[in-house]
Amino acid sequence: MIRSTSIFKRSENRQWAGLLYVLPFIIGMLVFKLYPFMSSFYYSFTDFSLLRKETFIGLSNYVYMFTKDPLFFPSLKATFLYVLLSVPGKLGFALIIAVILNMKLKFISLYRTIYYLPSILGGSVAIAVLWRSMFTVDGIVNQFLISIGIPAVNWFGIPSLAIMSISLLTIWQFGSSMVLFLAGLKQIPKDMYEAGTIDGASKLRMFFSITFPLLTPILFFNLIMQTVNAFQEFTAAFLITNGGPLNSTYLFGLKLYQDAFQFSKMGYASALSWILFICIMLFTIIAFKSQKYWTHYEDGGKF
Amino acid sequence: MTMRIRISRMGRIVFLTVFGAILIYPILWMLSASFKPMHEIFSTVSLLSSQFQINSYINGWKGTGQFGFSTFFFNSLLMVVPTVIATVISSLLVAYGFARFRFPGKNMLFSLMIATLMLPNAVIIIPSYLLFRSFGWLDSYWPFIIPAAFATYPFFIFMMVQFLRGLPRDLDESAVMDGCNSFKILTHILLPLSKPAVVSAAVFQFIWTWNDFFNSLIFINSVKKYPVSLGLRMSLDTSSISNWDQVMAMSVVSIIPCLVVFFMAQRYFVEGIATTGIKG
Repeated sequence: MIRSTSIFKRSENRQWAGLLYVLPFIIGMLVFKLYPFMSSFYYSFTDFSLLRKETFIGLSNYVYMFTKDPLFFPSLKATFLYVLLSVPGKLGFALIIAVILNMKLKFISLYRTIYYLPSILGGSVAIAVLWRSMFTVDGIVNQFLISIGIPAVNWFGIPSLAIMSISLLTIWQFGSSMVLFLAGLKQIPKDMYEAGTIDGASKLRMFFSITFPLLTPILFFNLIMQTVNAFQEFTAAFLITNGGPLNSTYLFGLKLYQDAFQFSKMGYASALSWILFICIMLFTIIAFKSQKYWTHYEDGGKF
Repeated sequence: MTMRIRISRMGRIVFLTVFGAILIYPILWMLSASFKPMHEIFSTVSLLSSQFQINSYINGWKGTGQFGFSTFFFNSLLMVVPTVIATVISSLLVAYGFARFRFPGKNMLFSLMIATLMLPNAVIIIPSYLLFRSFGWLDSYWPFIIPAAFATYPFFIFMMVQFLRGLPRDLDESAVMDGCNSFKILTHILLPLSKPAVVSAAVFQFIWTWNDFFNSLIFINSVKKYPVSLGLRMSLDTSSISNWDQVMAMSVVSIIPCLVVFFMAQRYFVEGIATTGIKG
């Protein structure tokens, strides 16, 4: 009797203890995530600058962006193009290099470090500065092209090349995705390959029937995280190209920043942020829904 | 057969080396450009220069305006160090709660945490700015430190939950037998074993906060309080193309702390990511 009450007491204590440990998270989530999330939705229906109080204007912000704002669609187009260029490029390199690095080689940790390094530094102002200098007309990229007999290119003067040069900066940072693929490769049981070898399967065949299917959950995770990040890219567009030329790199993150913090149109910018949110949500939902057709889970599919 | 294997192995090494050299070349070029005289920076792809000058470092460090890079570095440390400490402590406590206890609403809270992992910062940045303004936190480092203290980085919580789940529960139970309370179990038994996860989180957070540009740009507005990222951007703006050597030199200096932290922690770092993985 005494024993059972003490056990009861202990488990009750443990409940409170558990809640106590996650309390910072609950407060943080309510104050710094949920409240801003809700109020951003509300602000998107208001006319609001930092100097005067908000007034409710219904759907006007949304109507304005779709019918009048000359930069809304160019910005959306630039963002989608950037996502489409950078994310597949990044994940492609990450996967290929991870597969090669997973084989037994000398100096493997040196290679891993070299490939990871751009991910460490890539988001910094220093690398944005570097990228700007590399792709200027007399920068090293052109000097290299000239040295192999190709004429210099005006990277930041031609829209399609400008978006490519900032996408390249993102692709260059494939190391963090690569490390996750590597971790996944390490978990693939060796005997699967042995069975494949006995069956006489080629290396390529084994990649497509063993390695790739078992990596799809990680591919899925990488795809979601990198796409969510790419949709919000700001630093490169702001520091390297400043949106130009002809708004070809006027990414949505840059538009959002300018409307909110340079033109002080907080209500309108909130509406813009909700469009971005909807784009990201749609992508995420499609990815999750399509998951059952292309990802492979050992335990039936739990993310 | 063995010949073929040897060739393909050689091929791989050649590929990895050439590809790695291309990837690392921009960083090496930046380093070499910072020591080159101005006129050589844009005239050659070579990493070698005719003369070796460190003036660009001396002049760049002084900065272009009233405040130099000593101020910006000091500011960055004031911003980054408390943020890292707050992140690690709060994430570990919350992860411990999720990994080892049962309490009402736990599953819902855990799902919410995963959902906030995908909540874009861009959506909440405007209300956050207004909130911090009403708290009087603008132009200070509180917008970085306080949210970190309230475990607003779900990525780290998730990583630590995964790690803690991998540690055997027998450890906790035997500690209970010895009369440890739950907090003591965390600090005396689980924490020392969680070093890879803790170090990885600290390294990530250090590098992210150190390199952070967007939030710094929004929340910090007096030059006196600029962290390195904003200081560097200012020197780029004011000097534009006139002294690239100094800009390159300060770019190099600005990434050194990240490199040092990364190389110091590399062993734990790779291990931490590999063991926590993302299989859940």
